[in-house]
This record gives sequence, C-alpha cells and structure tokens, in this order.
Amino acid sequence: MASATSNPSATSTLANRPPGLLTLRIEPPHTLFELRLKELWTYRELLFFLVWRDVKIRYKQTVIGVTWVIVQPLLTMLVATLFFGKLAKLPSQGLPYSVFCFAAVVPWTYFSTALLAATNVMVENQRVITKVYFPRLILPFSAALSGLVDFCIGFIVLLIFTFAHGIRPAWTLVLLPLFLLLAVFTVLGVGLWLSALNALYRDVKYLIPFIIQFWTLASPVYYSSSMVPERYRWLYGLNPMAGVIDGFRWALTGTGHPPAASLFASVGIVGVAVLGGLLFFNRMEGSIADRV
Amino acid sequence: MSTAVIHAEGLSKRYQRGALASSGLLRDTLARMLRAPWTAFQRNKPETFWALKDVSLDVREGEVLGLIGRNGSGKTTLLKILSRITRPTEGWAEIHGRVGSLLEVGTGFHPELTGRENTFLSGAILGMSKQEIVRKFDEIVSFAELEKFIDTPIKHYSSGMYVRLAFAVAAHLEPEILLVDEVLAVGDFKFQKKCLGKMGDVARAGRTVILVSHQLNQIRRLCDRTVWVDSGAIRQTGATPEVVSAYETAMTSPERGGGTTHANAKARFLSWKIMEPTGKFPHRLDSVGPVAISFQLEVRSPIRHGHQGIALFDAERRLMWAFANDDLTLEPGLHELIYKLPFLPLCPKSYNWQLSLWDEGENVDLWEAVPELQVTIPNYQHARDEWNGFLNLPSEFKVSREKG
Repeated sequence: MASATSNPSATSTLANRPPGLLTLRIEPPHTLFELRLKELWTYRELLFFLVWRDVKIRYKQTVIGVTWVIVQPLLTMLVATLFFGKLAKLPSQGLPYSVFCFAAVVPWTYFSTALLAATNVMVENQRVITKVYFPRLILPFSAALSGLVDFCIGFIVLLIFTFAHGIRPAWTLVLLPLFLLLAVFTVLGVGLWLSALNALYRDVKYLIPFIIQFWTLASPVYYSSSMVPERYRWLYGLNPMAGVIDGFRWALTGTGHPPAASLFASVGIVGVAVLGGLLFFNRMEGSIADRV
Repeated sequence: MSTAVIHAEGLSKRYQRGALASSGLLRDTLARMLRAPWTAFQRNKPETFWALKDVSLDVREGEVLGLIGRNGSGKTTLLKILSRITRPTEGWAEIHGRVGSLLEVGTGFHPELTGRENTFLSGAILGMSKQEIVRKFDEIVSFAELEKFIDTPIKHYSSGMYVRLAFAVAAHLEPEILLVDEVLAVGDFKFQKKCLGKMGDVARAGRTVILVSHQLNQIRRLCDRTVWVDSGAIRQTGATPEVVSAYETAMTSPERGGGTTHANAKARFLSWKIMEPTGKFPHRLDSVGPVAISFQLEVRSPIRHGHQGIALFDAERRLMWAFANDDLTLEPGLHELIYKLPFLPLCPKSYNWQLSLWDEGENVDLWEAVPELQVTIPNYQHARDEWNGFLNLPSEFKVSREKG
C-alpha cells in the first residue's frame, strides 16, 4: 500500500509540489515481502491508545473489576491443586504443588487470553477498520500487549504467594522477563495468523477454544515436563510455551532445570512464526477491510 | 492554477459479488483445495464486478471538491482508496500531505468510556497526536458544548450529544487533506452549520477537502468543483453549478443515471413527479393541496415483506414529515407508489424527498430524490421573517361579537 517515502520518479508527476510535505503513494498490493515494522513504529502512539482502551474497558465492564484478574488464576490453581496435586499426586519438582501450578497458571493465563484477544481483534474492530486507515498490524500487537497489564497484577499475587510459602526468589528472577518476552512473541507468532484468518473466515472462531484446550494439555502447566519420556522430549520442545513455563518456574523459584537446548528451538520456531505471520498478515491486510 | 495535492491515475477496484456470503468459511476453502488442489492456484475468479474503473483525478491544493453520484456508483470506494482503507486493484494515486478521513460519525467511540477518554481515543484513531489532542482539548469540549458532561460515559449521552462530540473531534482534525463522506447528514442543523463553518475555515487555511454528499444544496454551497461518478467511472468534472445541474437533469430522466453496479439490487426508485395539481413543471408545487405525488419504482425480484419509507426534508435538513408502509408485496416490473395528501402547506423554498425500501429488514434502496421539490406557493405567513414557521397556512380572520 502507500509507503510514506518520497519516490523521486513518482513525485515528478506532481509538478511544483509544496515543499516539506510527505507524499503517499497508493498502489495495488504487489510485493510478497513487506514487514512494515517502520510504519508500526510511526503509529506507536495509536498502539498505546488502543492498549489503554482495552485495559480501561476491561476494568470498567466487569463488576468486580481488578479482583477478577486475581480470582481467575487463583481459582484455577486451587482446583488444579485439589485434583492434580492432592488426588492424582502429580510430582511437582520438590515445590508445593500449589506454587508449582500457580507459577505456570499466571503466564499461561496471559498466553491464552492474549491469544484469544488477538484472534478476535480484527473482527471486534471491524467498524474502525472499514472507516479509517492505520496500519492494521497495530491491532494484533495491541491485543498481545494489553494482556500484560493483567499479567502484572497476577504476577504480583504470584510473588506474594511464593513468598508466603517460604520460597525466596533466586538470582534467576532477573531472567524472567526474557521468558515473558518469549510468551509475547509466541502470542504474536500464532495471533498474527489467526487474527487475519478469523477476519476472512467466519469458522476460525470455533477452532480457537479447541486449539487453546489442546495447547494447555501439551504444555507443562499442571504437570512437570520431566514426566515426558526422554525420547519425545525434542518433540515437546517444539512447543514454545513449554520452554516459557519451565523457564518461568525455574526463574521464579530457582528449582527445576533451566530449559536449555529446547529453548533455542523454541526461539527459532517463534521467530519463524512471527516472521511468517507478519508476511501473511500484510498480504491479507488488503482484503481484510473488504471482507471483514 | 495552484498545485495538485492528489493525483490519481487509472484507479480501479474489483470486488467479488457477495464476497461475504461465499467466502465465509475456512472449511469450504480447505475442502475446495483438497478436492481439487490445482484449482486453488488457478485464478478462476468467482463473479466479480468493478466498483471503480479507470478513474483519473487531480485535486488542487486548497480546493473543496464535491463527489456526487447515486448509491453504489463508486464514490465511497474512491474515497476509501484515497484514504487507504482499501487498496486499488489497478492504478495508482499520489497524495501530498497528511490525509484525514471522516467516513463515519464517532469513529472509534466506545460507549463505556467517558467523553474525555473518547476524545483522546477517537482523535488518535483519526490521526491526531496525543500532544495535539491535549492542546486542543478545551477547544473541542467547548465546541461540542459538553463541558458539564465530559466525564460521563458516552452511553449516557443523548444522540445529539454524541454527534456533537464526534463532530467536535473531527472538526479539529487538521490534516492537509480531508476526505468527508456524508457525515454531515446527521445532527441538528445549527450544529451542522457550525461544523460547516469550521470546515470552511479549514478550506480557507489552504487545506484540501473532498466531500461526498447526496445533498446537492450542500455541494452547491461548499464546493468549487464537482466530480460526478457514475457506474464506477467519472461521468463529468467541472464547475459545481454545471455538474450538479447536469446530474439533476440525468437523474430526472427515466433511466436515473445508469447505476449498473447496483444491478443486483432487488428494486430501485427511478423518478418522482407531482400528479396533482397538474402543471407545467412536475416538480414544482404551487398549491397547498390536495396533492398527489407519485414515485416510480422498478422491481427486479419479488419483494415479500416490504417496508417502504418516505421522508420530506427542507434544505436545511430539518424533517418536515415522514411515514412508512409495512407488509408490501411487489412483483417484478414497474410500479408507481402514490402518496395522496389532502394538504401540504409548505413555505416557498426547496425540499427533498427521501425514499427507502426494505425487504425482510434489509435495505433495498435508499434514494435522495432528485430533483428537489420546489414550492412556489405564495407565503401566507407573517410579514416578518422571524415569525415564519414550518406551516404555510392560508388563514382567514374574522371578528365576531357574541350577542347578548
């Protein structure tokens, strides 16, 4: 689409053009490889406003507001502790099962809600998309980022919770943001694809709950990844969220093992997914405003 | 001649007919690809149509350009391409300067947020920087006359308040080029005038405006030059008075100015005339009644649960009268819808009919009837303007004294 650069051969058509103004060129989509991250940066203020809107609305609409963000993962953890910890007696890497589980539920809740939000973001903003221009890429990014506010609240509760169990965070805590970053990029890597697909095909939304459910079971949220047989470990490592959750637990409590080789695989996969997602999204962007 | 800020060449846009209905399911697409993998790579397009075909256009700096044409002629598509909402299928355009587009009132508004929050949000979506919004905030609020309610969620606003805030934000947008689509058709007249005034300021400040409107009066009042778009192509470009009158003439002829892009519409209004009282001019009313007006409607496929609306507006877009008829059944063919009114005491001005037809709750046609209704009844009202109202009633006066 229009690029905000002056193209010397093209601008010649506008004779005596006023100096110092930027020129947009509007053309049919032609290139296959457009990342358009520069445009995203130009519109960063709007990105901020959209994240701010999402957060504001979320806390205004729910009656119990912020408490919901705390109650939801806490309840999930309590129920899991009851069934998986007490009844099934799953091993928990020497941690109290509740801490073991809660340390995974907090990043997982971020991931699943952000992925869901990213998938729906184009459809929910349909009116704006068809009425005004801004790089549509902003929308999935805003969905991935606005979940971080909930995450921060959940994380504070998690810190208090681990502290109350007498577990003092180790030096590894400083590495925690890296795992969070990997989670954000995983949301983008999958969300970019799904948001574009969901805008174009109405049945994608029925697929999402299934994907998330499947993914929960394929990630070490309620069980330890050490329970996965050694020879399937490499396959398991292809799931970036496995690396995120293991890493999160390790960084927070200092126990368990740092995800090593599989983490590199995760980073690689997420990198490819994000890159592919950007290309796919930009390619589909042209038809989104016409079809959403 | 001043410099061109928009230069478009050969802009074309192709849409799939009923794109939403046919392409909706991923399941179907995948199934198609599995059944016949090779066809997925063949470009055998389903039924397509050109919403815009080979449109070339130059807009000069500081110009207010009008875009007219019937519904579905491609005006909005052109505006959407120029505002980058959608990409052209062919052709290109170059735009020199920051573009702001107003295709809707209250773009980005969220009911749960307060007026203040929505001002920032909508401003940002329309392309203002945060700094710019902060700087203009007080001005926007006083323009909207909403000082007292700015911290109230807008879901509690009346529709008038909502529109005022939306316009106030939009009116303070200061791009070099402003694209406006019909948005000024809503809102109360006094406020509309205020917005138009503000837009006039914008134009005088050397900014360029492209305005799409069905209200030919508005086009006449605001635009220097007008482009008439018909069936996706430019039919005529030139000085506003010439283009508008050519358009009016074409729209009154039985063929109502082409409009093949709407070939899939079930029905459409073609023309209107005054049947009674009969006179030389079928669009001029010279008596207060009785009046019979007929509207010609072409029905292409049967209407089963038709709902037909009629409204009469004055030149300032104040509603004079409206009515609707339900449960119409219409077979294909030419129809005449006749409204008989025992009296129509209007002031000697021009008015516009708006006709709509719905079937099963879906809009079939919405027609801003052209030409306008010219009322040439003598003015029976007070000699002073400020004591002239909506009703132009001839009155009789008599004084009688009670006996006894």
